[in-house]
Amino acid sequence: MKCMSTPLVKVVDLKKYFPVKGIFFTKGYVKAVDGVNFEIYKGKTLGLVGESGCGKTTVGKLVLRLLKPTSGKALFEGKDIFKLRGKELKEFRKKAQMVFQDPYSSLNPRMTIFDTIYEPIKIYKIKVSDPEKFVVELLYRVGLNESHLYRYPHEFSGGQRQRIAIARILALNPEFIVLDEPTSALDVSVQAQILNLLKDLQKKMDLTYLFISHDLGVVRYMSDYIAVMYLGQIVEYGPAEEVFEKPLHPYTKALFSAIPIPDPEITRKREKLRVPGEPPSPINPPSGCRFHPRCPFRQEICNREEPEFIEYEKGHYVKCHLYSRK
Amino acid sequence: MKSEHLPIIEVKDLYVNFYTYAGVVKAIDGVSFTIYRGETYCLVGETGCGKSVTAKSLTKLIRPPGRIEKGQVLYYREPGKEPIDLLGLSEEELRRIRGAEISYIFQDPSASLDPLYNIGYQISETMYDHGLISSIKEGFLKAVDILKSVLMPDPETRVKNYPHELSGGMKQRAVIGISLSNNPRLVIADEPTTALDATVQDQIMDLLKKLKKEKNLTVLLITHNMGLVADMCDRVAVMYAGRIVEEADIYELFKNPLHPYTKALLKAVPNPVKKIDKLESIPGTVPNLIYPPPGCRFHPRCQYAMEKCKSERPPEIWVSSTHRVSCWLYS
Repeated sequence: MKCMSTPLVKVVDLKKYFPVKGIFFTKGYVKAVDGVNFEIYKGKTLGLVGESGCGKTTVGKLVLRLLKPTSGKALFEGKDIFKLRGKELKEFRKKAQMVFQDPYSSLNPRMTIFDTIYEPIKIYKIKVSDPEKFVVELLYRVGLNESHLYRYPHEFSGGQRQRIAIARILALNPEFIVLDEPTSALDVSVQAQILNLLKDLQKKMDLTYLFISHDLGVVRYMSDYIAVMYLGQIVEYGPAEEVFEKPLHPYTKALFSAIPIPDPEITRKREKLRVPGEPPSPINPPSGCRFHPRCPFRQEICNREEPEFIEYEKGHYVKCHLYSRK
Repeated sequence: MKSEHLPIIEVKDLYVNFYTYAGVVKAIDGVSFTIYRGETYCLVGETGCGKSVTAKSLTKLIRPPGRIEKGQVLYYREPGKEPIDLLGLSEEELRRIRGAEISYIFQDPSASLDPLYNIGYQISETMYDHGLISSIKEGFLKAVDILKSVLMPDPETRVKNYPHELSGGMKQRAVIGISLSNNPRLVIADEPTTALDATVQDQIMDLLKKLKKEKNLTVLLITHNMGLVADMCDRVAVMYAGRIVEEADIYELFKNPLHPYTKALLKAVPNPVKKIDKLESIPGTVPNLIYPPPGCRFHPRCQYAMEKCKSERPPEIWVSSTHRVSCWLYS
C-alpha cells in the first residue's frame, strides 16, 4: 500500500479557456476546463465521464501537456509537468502516452505496421538489438502476430488498428496512459476484446489509466475511481462502485438514469430522474452552480453561489448545495 | 398484444447486393420478417450487418451501386385487406407512400434538414407535397402545433428558426415532427439517437414512446444499442452479416437467447448497473460480405461450430410461436 501515499498524477485547479476571436478583439472565452482537481494512484484507473462538449478530452490533453493551461498545475510523480524542460520533459513524454478515439486517423496510412511501432524507438534512440523481434513481441502482447508486420493500416479492421495503436505506445514502456474514448468507434463485440486487453496490460505492466468515455457501462467496467464532468467542472468524484451505487449529484443521477440498461425487466421498471433541456454553451456558462437551469432540486442559492467541491463521505466528493459539509 | 394477427409489413426473402469495384457485396441475404400493427419492432446488430439497408429497402430507397435482387415487401394498407408489394410499385406510386404512410427518421438530424429553409417551411413542405394542406402559409400554423406535439420549447419562435439555430436535440425533434406531420402508419427510426448525448437521447426516446401511444403508430426501430432495444421494443430481430439470426419477443430474447451470436453479444455489452469482473468478447471480426463465409455466416467466430455449419445454411427454426432462430444447434 506504499504506493497509495503519493498519487502518480495530481491535478490542481486546472483551467483552460479558449479565446473566441472577433474581428478586432477577443469576444469571449470558451471555458472548456474550469477548475478541475483530481488524483490518480499508480496502477489505478480514473474514469472521466460526461456528455460531449463537457471538456473531458481537453482534460486528457492537458495532463499530457499537449495543451498549455490557462492556469493551474498538473503534477506527474510530484513535478509540475508545465514547468518541465529539456531532458525531464522528454522523459515525461516517454512515460505518459495517449490512445485516441479514432484508429482510422491515428495511424499513418503510408507507414507499415513495423515502421509505425518502431518509430518511437528511433525517436528516443533506444538501443534495440533486433528491431524485428522487438516489434513482433509487442504485436504478440496486443494479440497480433508476425504476419502483420509489413502490412499497411488499411488492411486492418478498426479493432486491429486500435491494437496497433496500443502496441505503438507500449514500445516505450509508459507508466501513464490517457485513453480517450478508445472503443467508441468500435462494435460491441470488438469493444469487449479491446477493454479486456487494456485490463490485462494494466495488470501485467502496472499501468495507470485516465479513461475518458461517455459510455457508463464501459467506464464502470474499467475504472477504480470515477469523475463526472459537466460544463468544464468535475461535479462528483469518488470510488467507482460508490459513485455508481450511491450517486449524489443530481446531474450524476440524471446521467445514470438516462442510460438504457440492456435488460428489459430492469430498464422498464426503474425510476428515472429526468432533466429537461440540453447542456448550455460553455462560452457563457450559467451563474452559480452550472447545472442549476436543468436541476429539479434547484434552490434559491444555486444561481447565486457556486457550490464548493466537498468531501461528503470518505473519498466521495460532490459539488452541490444539497450536500453541506459534514 | 391484441394486434398479433394484423400485420402491416411483411418482408419475404429479401436479397440486396451492392456492386462495387472490389466486388459484389451481398449485404442482405434472404431476410424475412413481419411487423404487426401497433408494435415496436427492432432490428439490432453491429455495423455493416445490413440493418439500415433492410430499412431502406422497404420503400426502395436503395441507390446504385445497390440493387434489390429479389424478395417482396407486402404492405397491408388497411388491416385485413389485400396487401401491395412495395417493391413492385413505380417510383411515382412509392413517392406517395413515402413520407405520408411510411416515414423515416434518420440518424443525423443535421443531415436530414435543409440548412437553407426554416423549420416551419420544411414541415409544411412535406404536408403540402402530400396534399394535406393547400398552401405553405397554412402549413406554418400547423407546424406550430406539430412542434408543440414533439415538445419543442417555444414553438412559435422555433418555427421561424433555421437548422443551425437549433441544438441537436431540437433538430431531431423537428425531424420527428416532419416525419409525423402526415400521420404515417409506420415510422422507421434508423438509429434516431446515435448522434445525441445520453440525457437528450432519453428525452427523444420518451417522446417517441409518448407519440406512439397517442397516435397508435407502428415503429420499426433500428439500433446497435442493446439498452435501447430493452427499453423500447416489443419484438426484436438480431442481424448478423446480412441475415436475421434470431427473432423473439423482447423479454424472451433477453431471458433465453438461443443463437450463439445473440448470447455472446448480450454478454459483451458492459452493463452500467452491474459490477462485472470479466467481459466476454467474441473472437475475430465481422466478415467481409464480398466473400461471406459459406454455410452459417457466424461459424468462423462461433465456439459451437460443427462440420455442418461450414457448408450448409442453417434453416429457420421456430422454437416457440414467438421465437425463431437460424442455427444448426436447434434442428
